[in-house]
Amino acid sequence: MADRERSSTRPKGRVFVARNQVMDRDEVRRALVRIAHEIVERNRGLGDVVVIGIQKGGVALASQLVAILREIEGTAVPFGTMDVAFYRDDIGMRPVLSEEVTDLPFDLTGRTVVLFDDVLFTGRTVRAALESLAERGRASSVQLAVMVDRGHRELPIRPDFVGKNLPTRRDELVEVSEEGVTIGDLLVAGEEKATR
Amino acid sequence: MSAPGTSTSTGVSPDEAGDESATTWATGVPGTASTVFPVSGEDLLVGEGAPAVRHLLSIADLGRDGILEIMRLSDAFAEVAERPIPKVPALRGRTVATVFMEPSTRTRLSFETAAKRLSADVMTFTAATSAAVKGESLRDTVETIDAMGIDAMVIRHHASGAPLRVTDWVGASVINAGDGTHEHPTQALLDCYTIREALTARRDGEVPADLKGLRIAIVGDIKHSRVARSNVLAFTALGAEVVLVAPPTLMPASLEGWPVTATGDLDSTLGEIDVIYLLRIQSERLGEVLLPSLDEYHWRYGLTRARADALKRDALVMHPGPMIRGVEISPEVADMPASLVTRQVRNGVVVRMAVLFHLLGSGVI
Repeated sequence: MADRERSSTRPKGRVFVARNQVMDRDEVRRALVRIAHEIVERNRGLGDVVVIGIQKGGVALASQLVAILREIEGTAVPFGTMDVAFYRDDIGMRPVLSEEVTDLPFDLTGRTVVLFDDVLFTGRTVRAALESLAERGRASSVQLAVMVDRGHRELPIRPDFVGKNLPTRRDELVEVSEEGVTIGDLLVAGEEKATR
Repeated sequence: MSAPGTSTSTGVSPDEAGDESATTWATGVPGTASTVFPVSGEDLLVGEGAPAVRHLLSIADLGRDGILEIMRLSDAFAEVAERPIPKVPALRGRTVATVFMEPSTRTRLSFETAAKRLSADVMTFTAATSAAVKGESLRDTVETIDAMGIDAMVIRHHASGAPLRVTDWVGASVINAGDGTHEHPTQALLDCYTIREALTARRDGEVPADLKGLRIAIVGDIKHSRVARSNVLAFTALGAEVVLVAPPTLMPASLEGWPVTATGDLDSTLGEIDVIYLLRIQSERLGEVLLPSLDEYHWRYGLTRARADALKRDALVMHPGPMIRGVEISPEVADMPASLVTRQVRNGVVVRMAVLFHLLGSGVI
């Protein structure tokens, strides 16, 4: 299923070709541990904290973050997932796919929400997530954690917790998972061997 | 009337979407590691899954992949429907016009609710209160509405093929909400979704890939039923086996090219089917005398208590509404737990949200 979702969301006829790995599995893990400590420090514990992973890339890492928070503080932080497709500002301009069903099994009112996404790029996904959050209750504050900040912001959005600041070209692609962070290009299928 | 299986749309034919044998209904479990790296940020949103369609005139416009994509999208909108504010801004600034040249309340209300829950603006046109009664032609009517600036036109018309003609006259996306005896594609989609939902509940939340292995009986006035036509296409596209049950006078003259079996004997079918889908006897369409009487129809083809008892224990009972109690279904059967009729209505809104979003949010227009 995951494969189908991935393949169905690739630009038609183009393939991702990895150029170099900028973080490996251990480095991703260490960055998550550091972010976890920063969250605890900033909020003086985990009292009202909830973690929400943004579909699709943010969810796996966010659930890892929740596990690390439990190891550090011994508290099970409420964890939810959110799909922001219906809140995007580019609907109709290009295909917008809903990746997964949103699952937020708690009330947001009065909570400190930590939004987690894999890559912060233009900021439009985060804007959509903030709009969706606002409809569900009045969180006392919202903080943003990302594994990679690759720049090229189009909106005044700034992360609170960053795994790695990664300067990129606009046309490059950054892939993030628990296995590592890879930077590469999106090439027309069939041409990827010639360029290599 | 075009033959079943013939695509009447100007959209991309399902064949061009490529073979996606791995397509399933299941939504992946959050957090499961995939063998492919997730693509980051914006690139997630550029898709090539289901065929890009501009109009929805027939189930054949979607094909198997398109139906499955609508099912998947409907899951997301089912979650939206459960929220305290059951509304998303997805189609903000878009206008959906409902043009109903034939009486209908539930389908029109269902489409309008769906459009409003997507934050679209809704324009309502009903034949009874319009210039159509003054003699305006369909073409002039739809061109006038289109000129006001709309993005989608949901049309119901008593003539088969009317929505297809309308696509030549308007710039908006055209959605067929029932045309004559041809098709009613959103009804078939919500029926597929309702069956899928019932199967999911039965399997403890495991979503079935399709309807393979199911035997579905469609009972009633097959000849005049656009619901039957769309459902035959949808159910069989998803791998179900369909058996049509009707008196000979209400069976189409030819079933050539339909991947179905047909019988006039309901009682011998009851024990072998997983879903019984009852059609309304459309008295208003039965111009010629095709039935001796409604009572006789009930006696031979109505779902009575005795027939309901002869069904498999977990068989599902469905009806597109409006139900005529005492004709196609007995009152006490209509209220049994096996009856999915109210789920069908509830899912109608959700599935129509998915259809509107699929057509208007796809970036095709």
